[in-house]
Amino acid sequence: MSNPDKHTQEAPASGSVSKEPSAHPFMEMAKVVVARPEFVSFLALILLTLFTACYVDFGHDGAARFLTLDNLTNITRQVAVAAILAVGMTFVILTGGIDLSVGAVVALTSTLMAGAIIGGVPFWGACGIALLVGVACGVFSGFFVARFALPAIIVTLAMMEIARGLGLLYSGGNPLPISFEYGFLARNLSVGGFPVPIPTLIMLAMFLIGYIVLNRLPIGRYIYALGGNEEAAILSGIRTRHIKMFVYVVSGFMAAVAGIIQTARVTSGQPNSAIGFELDAIAAVVLGGTSIAGGRGHIVGTLIGALLLGVLNNALNMLEISPYAQRVVKGGVILIAVLIGVLRKTGKK
Amino acid sequence: MLEMKHITKRFPGVVALSDISLSLGNGEVHALVGENGAGKSTLMKVLNGVYQADEGQIFIDGKPERPRNTREAQRLGISIIFQEFSLVPYLNAYENIFLGRELLTGLGTVRYSAMRGKARAALEAMNVLLPLDKPVAELTVAEQQFVEIAKATIFECSYLVLDEPTATLTPLEVKKLFEVIRRLQSRGVGCFYISHHLEEIYEIADTVSVLRDGRHVFTGPIGACSQNELISRMVGREVTQAFPPKRPAETMSKEIILDVRALKFEESEMLAFQVRKGEILGIAGLVGAKRSESFLALIGRNHATHKEVYLNGKPCGISSPAAALKQGIGYLPEDRKKSGLFLPFSIRANIVISKLDTLKGMFGFVSARKESDLSAYYVERMRIRTTTDRKMISELSGGNQQKAIIARWLATKCQVLIFDEPTRGIDVGAKAEIYLMLQELAGEGLGIVVISSDLPEVVGIADRVLVMRYGSIRAELAGDDINSEKIMYYAAGGE
Repeated sequence: MSNPDKHTQEAPASGSVSKEPSAHPFMEMAKVVVARPEFVSFLALILLTLFTACYVDFGHDGAARFLTLDNLTNITRQVAVAAILAVGMTFVILTGGIDLSVGAVVALTSTLMAGAIIGGVPFWGACGIALLVGVACGVFSGFFVARFALPAIIVTLAMMEIARGLGLLYSGGNPLPISFEYGFLARNLSVGGFPVPIPTLIMLAMFLIGYIVLNRLPIGRYIYALGGNEEAAILSGIRTRHIKMFVYVVSGFMAAVAGIIQTARVTSGQPNSAIGFELDAIAAVVLGGTSIAGGRGHIVGTLIGALLLGVLNNALNMLEISPYAQRVVKGGVILIAVLIGVLRKTGKK
Repeated sequence: MLEMKHITKRFPGVVALSDISLSLGNGEVHALVGENGAGKSTLMKVLNGVYQADEGQIFIDGKPERPRNTREAQRLGISIIFQEFSLVPYLNAYENIFLGRELLTGLGTVRYSAMRGKARAALEAMNVLLPLDKPVAELTVAEQQFVEIAKATIFECSYLVLDEPTATLTPLEVKKLFEVIRRLQSRGVGCFYISHHLEEIYEIADTVSVLRDGRHVFTGPIGACSQNELISRMVGREVTQAFPPKRPAETMSKEIILDVRALKFEESEMLAFQVRKGEILGIAGLVGAKRSESFLALIGRNHATHKEVYLNGKPCGISSPAAALKQGIGYLPEDRKKSGLFLPFSIRANIVISKLDTLKGMFGFVSARKESDLSAYYVERMRIRTTTDRKMISELSGGNQQKAIIARWLATKCQVLIFDEPTRGIDVGAKAEIYLMLQELAGEGLGIVVISSDLPEVVGIADRVLVMRYGSIRAELAGDDINSEKIMYYAAGGE
């Protein structure tokens, strides 16, 4: 009785569970794709790309500037930091939490890393320090959220202030410049003859890790379960406190990775950098169709959301729209995309 | 006179209601019965304006009406009280009763004392006394229900729909509720009364209608049709007996699996009891007896001040539900939606969640094959009716959802399974299947605990019964002593 694999042997060869309908596999798949919440953002991404391409590239002078390999890879470089934060944010939001501290943690890890390099620590050692600090910030937030059931928004607001303050204290409020050669992580790597930005590669690696953890490992399922119904998760034997701790640690770790890239990009530790990055990360997650209440969503959506924000930024620049107006447009896009998502959902019922 | 004529309602892919005609007179109590998914709730939602009928019409006193939302329905004098209450937990009774319709002064401020007075008068008219100033979260379920009824009837209400009003009430409270319904009746209020408890229907209703698969199969005066005839009309087949026969006491093992030598939590006395191998132990009591709380304290979900538990003769500390499951003690929550189901998950994911750790394949990934095998086994074993277990759990009927939850806990291979209200709000057919399943499990040597407010259920399936009252165990009954009268006697405070 105690052998858990016994079910496998007892399972009838043809149970009452039939396979999926297989009449038109392609149509079925298309239907599923269209029904997904992140489809709205995906469509917006395609349309925005096409529109900008038509307007910028086939406009007055006929010289392509937007739809070029150079520009597109550049966009991925630009979104890398926010997108990596969004990976961690997806974990947190799926449990029904939120992490407002990630921008400040980017600044803190970046400052400490630059400080370490200036103090003679080898580059990879400094990266290690950054990661440890990021994880420690996650442990701090996770501890208070998991152990004392404090609201995540309060705990991470406190963490944000603390991290920001520690960065300023350590650096005396000044940027800590490091030698230009430490910026190699922000440069390109030749992949099969194409120059690919290293931040892009790191970003893709983080998404891959996030994808595997959320969709292939038991703990991923527990994260969805916790966000979907906490009481049911507890009674089903899931150690929900561990899971909560875990998601904030992941978020802190991702913030540190983003901090390392940030340091390389500006070849300095800037205690005042990355202000408001947490909001970009949240925007990417929400645009990606993840429910802010937890339990529903997908990390691939987050990637789409992050890319949409990046393309939007880039396109608005090319269209020579003032940076002030750009923020208005960005706010509108977030609102409309989420609104359409909600309307589609309620419309189905 | 409220009439629904030829109501048809379609949803994508299904006809939920097909050509249903029913009427409700003033002062009539009209029972509506049928299995889950028969269309009772959908029909009431059409009446309530939540859904619009595709065909057919509603007439009130001969005048055609078409409520487009709950507010319009209310204006027509139609109010519905659903199984899940719509009270705001932190507001008190009269604030709830007048919510959205507050009495105001000329300046637009709220007239609290006037509202309090009117609420009290309305409750007194129903012969109900309850604390008006406490947040309703602190009232009993029955009291909350009376607040709901007062809320529905304080303004003009001619037609009241009660959806499973007694699901969580104790027999005494049911009596009180019936008194209230009769008072409303004498004031000319017509009532649609939806319930799975047929005995109640015979007590309160004048007329009964049966729905099956969205069709209207029977309407007649309550005396015209025996309970068994009613059941066979509901299920479309003869159901001879809901409870499987009990096994004779001599064949039962005396071996003790779970020995709770001491258990105490806030608001309870020191509890001690045992669960034997292969038995079904019923836990009876009125609401407020702290039955669920006792077992939540046992499995470590709630704090216990004293706990001394032996499992198979060995002392075991249980610090959390996860630890309890690991040692083989599982608790199935009473509120399916609130603490059992993962609504965003498929049936399969709901079933396997507690066993994911054992379904790992390469790299520690969850093996889709092992997952689908485990799920398929339990879908088959629990006879969950679905085309595929990849469907969302939210698409199943209440009975099948409950079976899926039972499957989740069966998969954990626990030695002791605690079922809290395992058949609440599910239909007759599914109930019978669950009773059979409970007995099979006991027959396999598990210790089964069933907490139930449904007296016939406890009497029908338990081999031994503990009667609780206000956090203490008042009696242990076995054999022929297990009957409704004895249980009620101890539950209500007899010594």
